[in-house]
Amino acid sequence: MSELRSLYQEIILDHNKKPRNFGKLDGATRTLEGYNPLCGDHYTIYLKVENGIIADIAFEGAGCAISKASASVMTTLVKGKTPEEAQELFGAFHRLVTGELKDVSFESLGKLAAFAGVSEFPARVKCASLAWHTMKNALEAKTEAVSTE
Amino acid sequence: MQTSQEIEPKNKETQHFDVEQVRKSFPILRESVHGRDLVYLDNAATTQKPDSVIAAIDGYYQHLNSNIHRGVHALSERATEAYEEVREKIRRYLNAGSTKEVIFVRGTTEAINLVAASFGRMSVGRGDEILITGLEHHSNIVPWQMLCNQTGATLRVAPIDDAGEVIVSKFEELLSSRTKLVALAYVSNALGTVNPVKSLIRTAHQHGIPVLVDGAQAVPHFQVDVRDLDCDFFAFSAHKMYGPTGIGVLYGKQGLLEAMPPYQGGGDMIRSVTFEKTLFNDLPHKFEAGTPNIADTIGFGAAIDYLNSFDWSLVTGYEHDLLVYATEVVGAIPGLRIVGTAREKAGVLSFVMDDVHPHDIGTILDQEGIAVRTGHHCAQPVMLRFGIPATVRASFGLYNTRQEIDKLVRGISKVKEVFH
Repeated sequence: MSELRSLYQEIILDHNKKPRNFGKLDGATRTLEGYNPLCGDHYTIYLKVENGIIADIAFEGAGCAISKASASVMTTLVKGKTPEEAQELFGAFHRLVTGELKDVSFESLGKLAAFAGVSEFPARVKCASLAWHTMKNALEAKTEAVSTE
Repeated sequence: MQTSQEIEPKNKETQHFDVEQVRKSFPILRESVHGRDLVYLDNAATTQKPDSVIAAIDGYYQHLNSNIHRGVHALSERATEAYEEVREKIRRYLNAGSTKEVIFVRGTTEAINLVAASFGRMSVGRGDEILITGLEHHSNIVPWQMLCNQTGATLRVAPIDDAGEVIVSKFEELLSSRTKLVALAYVSNALGTVNPVKSLIRTAHQHGIPVLVDGAQAVPHFQVDVRDLDCDFFAFSAHKMYGPTGIGVLYGKQGLLEAMPPYQGGGDMIRSVTFEKTLFNDLPHKFEAGTPNIADTIGFGAAIDYLNSFDWSLVTGYEHDLLVYATEVVGAIPGLRIVGTAREKAGVLSFVMDDVHPHDIGTILDQEGIAVRTGHHCAQPVMLRFGIPATVRASFGLYNTRQEIDKLVRGISKVKEVFH
């Protein structure tokens, strides 16, 4: 169970059960879909960028616990940040789940650290990254749906 | 090389199915995964290979390797003979009338694409229709969609009911003078439904419509007699019936195959070539351009020998009992719902659980050493029909046991522990 517990941390189970910022966002300035064709995970990310700040963010859709919790935690982390700060978080998250951040103290990562266990499950990296990639592309004003394939 | 005579008859004498004996023939079943004994329940994706198949491929490269249908030297002659012997084995296995009707291809997908390209070019045009069913694998949907896009024909789909059975009356209503071909699965890869193909073929033939049967999920579970079915085409893959990947067969009625134009051009499929004109070779070679997958064909022959060593009524009975047992014990788990409850099923148990996504279930089962498939199983329209994004699919082969199903049940209780 220990490997599984490192993947399915309490915080992940909690965000899966009670996703934050879940639903449509009225007045969104950017909307983008992301999907994982192999497992059917499918989300829409809504962003409201005002005066150089991510004033609000929400998501809706369906998928596995890892993808949903990752989307939920992401929304709580990037809300109120500048797009540049969100991009930095994306980079940190990406390095974390692909196992490139092994030597960094997890305290500095805050809630993101819950996803460190994903790096031990290569098949699940795509699940964890889906919402983040979608958010990144939405910030860059890309309009084509994100696919992890 | 091993021949059928060298393989011990496993069950013909004992008159009962000795699964422990069967398991000994599959070296991979001794593997461990995450520190647990492997429980391989992903047989609908691909089956494991017995020693004799592995040895046949190895033996081919050790003793026979050379190109076929070409050389006058001894190895080429021996390899050609071994290759063509497999064609005859498959003819007998399917009860086909002639080896001219047994075309080697890469697998089921290529077999269907061959028919779509060649039969399609010959017989399908604007305003025509192709009829499939609502439980097809993508490989029996997409080639027909591509053909329809090229020709202006229309793809029609006979719907399935809540149990996952084709609604026969709707199927019959969709047959018309515009229908040029019916293409349907014998057994659904996502749900396990066994289609009543024989009667559906008879109905289609009453309208003069030829029928292609996607037999990929049928051949591992029961014996198929193409003349009894009276199908016009039958497509299947070796790797789902304990043989190697990369080799499969398209069976086609001789008259149809003779009328159809070649699929690919190249060596081996020609009689003579000048820059002005090419005369094509006879069947079956007309459809086998280029050097084929000789080694895996030889391995395929060993798989057929292996399957021929069983009394099939025992295999089918054993697998049926296994599926009934799995349906009972897995189906009894609270919060779990079986998807696909057709009256006749083979080899597949698909399910979903409240509040836990199949992907998470797959990861947790994997930690227990249990290999299942999670996802849409290349049958997205089936998932759409049931309003679910994905299922967990446990699929069985002749080496699986009740104990393994009990492990699956315990694995599912781990899922509940994690997701409390």
